Amino acid sequence: MSATPQELKQRIEANIPGAQAEVTGDGHHFSASVSAPAFKGLSRIAQHRLVYDVFGSEVGDRIHALSIQTKASESENES
Amino acid sequence: MSDNPMREAIKSAIDENPVILFMKGNPDQPACGFSARTVAVLQSLGQPFAAVDVLPDPRIRQELSALSNWPTIPQLFVDGELVGGHDIVMEMYQSGELHQALGLEAAPEEPAPEAQPAQAPPLSIENRI
Repeated sequence: MSATPQELKQRIEANIPGAQAEVTGDGHHFSASVSAPAFKGLSRIAQHRLVYDVFGSEVGDRIHALSIQTKASESENES
Repeated sequence: MSDNPMREAIKSAIDENPVILFMKGNPDQPACGFSARTVAVLQSLGQPFAAVDVLPDPRIRQELSALSNWPTIPQLFVDGELVGGHDIVMEMYQSGELHQALGLEAAPEEPAPEAQPAQAPPLSIENRI
C-alpha cells in the first residue's frame, strides 16, 4: 500500500509535539517541510532524525525517499 | 567486535578518511539524483573526498545506517562525524556552513550546481537561420 502526503503530514504532526508539516510527494518520493518548537537548540542532524524516527524502517522501503527541511518554531501557541 | 567485519570496515573507512561520502554509484557515475547533487557540491568546492558505493552489497547500507543512525543515502562524514545527507549538505552549502565544516575559506556566491549526467553527450547546435 503506497503512502500519501496526507498520511505523512498527520503522522509527523501526531508524533512531534507542536509540529506543523507540509508534505508533498508522489506516493514514493516525498518532501516534508516541518517546523516544531521541539527542534529548538538541536543540530540539523538531530532535527532530521526526529522526523525520520516517526517512520522508522519505512524510510527507504515503503517511503522510498523522504527529503526534509526543518525549522524551529518559537512556541506551540504561535499564531 | 570482529564478529561484524562489515561494520568494522565501514568504521575504519570513516576514521581513516577526513572527508568520505557513502553514495549510490560512484562520483563519475552516480546512480541516484541525491548522490549526484551531493557529489556535484563537493566537486564544485574543489574538495577531495573518498567515496563508497553502497549498492554492490546491501549489508553496506544496513551496517552504515545502524552505525550512523541515519536511514538514507548519501551520507557525508567529515573528521569521523556525520555531517548530513543530501538535504543538510545542500542547506549548508547555500549558507556557507559547508565551507566551514570542510575547513575551506570562501563562501559561495553561486547557487548550488546542477548535477551533470556523467556521460552526457555534448549538445551542439548549429544555427543556420
